[in-house]
Amino acid sequence: MTVPVMLARGVTKAFPGVKALDNVTLRLEAGRMVALVGENGAGKSTLMSVLSGVIQPDAGAIELDGHAVRFANTRQARQSGVSAIFQELSLATNLTVAQNILLGSEPVTALGRIDYGRMNETARRVLDRLGLQISPTARVGSLRVAQQQGVEIARAIREKARVLIMDEPTSALGREETQRLLRLVVDLKRDAVAIVYITHKFEELAGLADEIAVMRDGRLLTQAPYADMTQQEVVRLMVGREEPGTAARNEAQAVAGTALEVRSLSLRHPIRPNDYVVRDVSLRVGRGEIVGLFGLIGAGRTELLEALFGAHGQRTSGEILVHESPVRVRSPAEAVGAGLALAPEDRKHDGLVLGMSSRENVALARTGLRNSLAFLSRASEAALVSPLLQRLGFKGPSVEEPARSLSGGNQQKVVLAKWLAVGPKVLLLDEPTRGIDVRAKSDFHQCIRELAARGMGILFASSEIPEVLGLAHRIIVLSQGSVTGEFRAVGTTPDQLLTAALPRTSREAMLT
Amino acid sequence: MKRLLPGSARSFQSLGALLLMVVALSFATPKFLTVVNELNILRQISVNLCLSIGLTLVILAGGIDLSVGAVLGLSGAVAAGLLKSGMAFPSWGFELQFTVCGALLAGVLVGALAGFANAFVITWLLLPPFVATLAMLSIARGLTYLWTGGLPITGLDPAFDFLGSGFVLGIPLPVWIVAVLTILASLLTTQTPFGRHLYAVGGSERAAYLTGLSVKKIKVWVYVLAGALSALAGVIVTARLDSAQPNAGLGYELDGIAAVVIGGTSLSGGQGSVWGTVLGCLIIGVLNNGLALLDVSPFWQQVIKGVVIILAVVLDRWGARQERLT
Repeated sequence: MTVPVMLARGVTKAFPGVKALDNVTLRLEAGRMVALVGENGAGKSTLMSVLSGVIQPDAGAIELDGHAVRFANTRQARQSGVSAIFQELSLATNLTVAQNILLGSEPVTALGRIDYGRMNETARRVLDRLGLQISPTARVGSLRVAQQQGVEIARAIREKARVLIMDEPTSALGREETQRLLRLVVDLKRDAVAIVYITHKFEELAGLADEIAVMRDGRLLTQAPYADMTQQEVVRLMVGREEPGTAARNEAQAVAGTALEVRSLSLRHPIRPNDYVVRDVSLRVGRGEIVGLFGLIGAGRTELLEALFGAHGQRTSGEILVHESPVRVRSPAEAVGAGLALAPEDRKHDGLVLGMSSRENVALARTGLRNSLAFLSRASEAALVSPLLQRLGFKGPSVEEPARSLSGGNQQKVVLAKWLAVGPKVLLLDEPTRGIDVRAKSDFHQCIRELAARGMGILFASSEIPEVLGLAHRIIVLSQGSVTGEFRAVGTTPDQLLTAALPRTSREAMLT
Repeated sequence: MKRLLPGSARSFQSLGALLLMVVALSFATPKFLTVVNELNILRQISVNLCLSIGLTLVILAGGIDLSVGAVLGLSGAVAAGLLKSGMAFPSWGFELQFTVCGALLAGVLVGALAGFANAFVITWLLLPPFVATLAMLSIARGLTYLWTGGLPITGLDPAFDFLGSGFVLGIPLPVWIVAVLTILASLLTTQTPFGRHLYAVGGSERAAYLTGLSVKKIKVWVYVLAGALSALAGVIVTARLDSAQPNAGLGYELDGIAAVVIGGTSLSGGQGSVWGTVLGCLIIGVLNNGLALLDVSPFWQQVIKGVVIILAVVLDRWGARQERLT
């Protein structure tokens, strides 16, 4: 057997109250991709952090080419050829593409000035090698997420990365962009880079992964050739039991009445005066109905939900009716008062106050409704919060731990519990299960169905076709800010949705 | 809930540092550990603590207020001026005379208005708090000079004097006032929805907004409270000196921010407590007092204070890390 490029041997890492990694051994070989899968909180992200020098293991060793190494920080790891691309990208958005790619190793002229010509040239070469159509002088902040990911990869490549760890790189990407990223991964393998690919999307792994490693509860259960494992076996290992069959999907119970009605909602572009981000959208969500909002990146899903929720204030026009009576929604506070609730796309920063405990986060919306000088009682808050979280299957250590320390799935449950505490009539969900593992996802879907069954109207945005088809009763497709299609979920095929979602001027959009 | 009581690991460090200083100073000079001296320290810090409480609220909500010292000066001068000469409206042909209480309220009102102006610039004109309150610092100081003509206002009502120098049950009145304010502020921050929202806005303004909290309203209140508390500090200073100095409060914002920071409140918002600020003020007060008793030059006192700020924050970070690891 050859010496692996990187070998984690018996790595253990404990956090207060949890053993995040328990004696984990992982082999990485040149030009091979290991798909790392596991439920939320299984320890994938911790393992990634240990491998890339973000945190140091309590026990165990990491070897590069057979030599033990110890990374004090990510810089040392990068210098040794180990790069990681996290879900939260680590780019300076105010700098250009080239400046980011060569950050820390800028070429200088004889006089010590940065040699921008050489810098852009080098960046150009790396980008070309990756087949990325990005200008080295473009500001990173002006790029789309997919392009930014490309820049991160370019930086890793330029640093001659031999090991590249990617944490759900496609979670924020549309279909086209995902394909492009996967092609890039194939190229990297050809260049003998060892790749760790963390994902929840099995469909991306076919033809790409060489091995699959499954984690559960901080332990690495198996690392086996990809071809030797069926998806069913993998899922069984992940969840520790048989995958529950796809939950029987009900048609919307015919509850009388409309939960939400929107008439000609438009949202002006923040800068361009005569342009609209959301244009003349009318839709209806019945009581007890789950409506999916499908669209590609940039279709205006997030903006539509935010506008509905009053987050764009005066830029929004149109009429909103909740339970058949018109409501005025010019701010989230008014939206909450009218019976709307929004679980935002970026739950970490927009949905939660990370430094606060789960209890405080859950109680936040409710205290917002109360007279703000009334006294809080910790006991009554706990009595409110704990059952809500329990009902949602919250599995965090304690409701007193800061939200920062929770896994993505649990964080989303805290966001949802916050809204359930105020009893909304309409629930708006933006990419509710992004970055959440298979089982937590199906749990979450079950929660949504139950809420709907009790008469709540639910409007959720998603870029994942299986989720839209599996959860929604009815699907509305957005493209470039307008409604371009409406389908009943039963009998609709992915192709129909995609066709409706494709922008008419997709070619031009790609080039800008 | 760790921030409810001063009993968290992080505050213990500041408390430990304070006790260490007290013990060391008691051995270094017999003049330190006397009732007279301790009361003196308490009276000296009451002004700093008064404005630092307001500053703590602002900083917890993720803002900053550089204008507290200048607002202190303006409010003290307005209160003194009104008390002494009233306010004349020649075109309407009448004159307003102010009682001690009226002058006090007028001074506090001026501070609250300055705070409201800060809030207006920050929440409606959307300037960063640093810039908005830096401008207010200049404006309030300028208005103070205009109001006083650059000269001290002296010869005030003796009843007013009591506010600054009087004793109740053997303890200086300003200490009573600030003690009550501290308890109220502590209750406000830890026990009321308003306090919770303060931490939420400081922790993540966008999340607070998208939860339906009235972020603007919270910010307005925070700056108004900070202004009013600075103004009250200004009135106390004026009463204590029995005169309004146009330079009163010069640089006090720095001592205030130092106290907040030493007390473990994060300048990025969302973390910290009123009790931490009390400890911060005590540390600064004991340090100043002790060094003066030891005949250390005031110039060196400044240098030492700076070093203490750095030490306090480094220790605090270290403590926070320990807390995370255990």
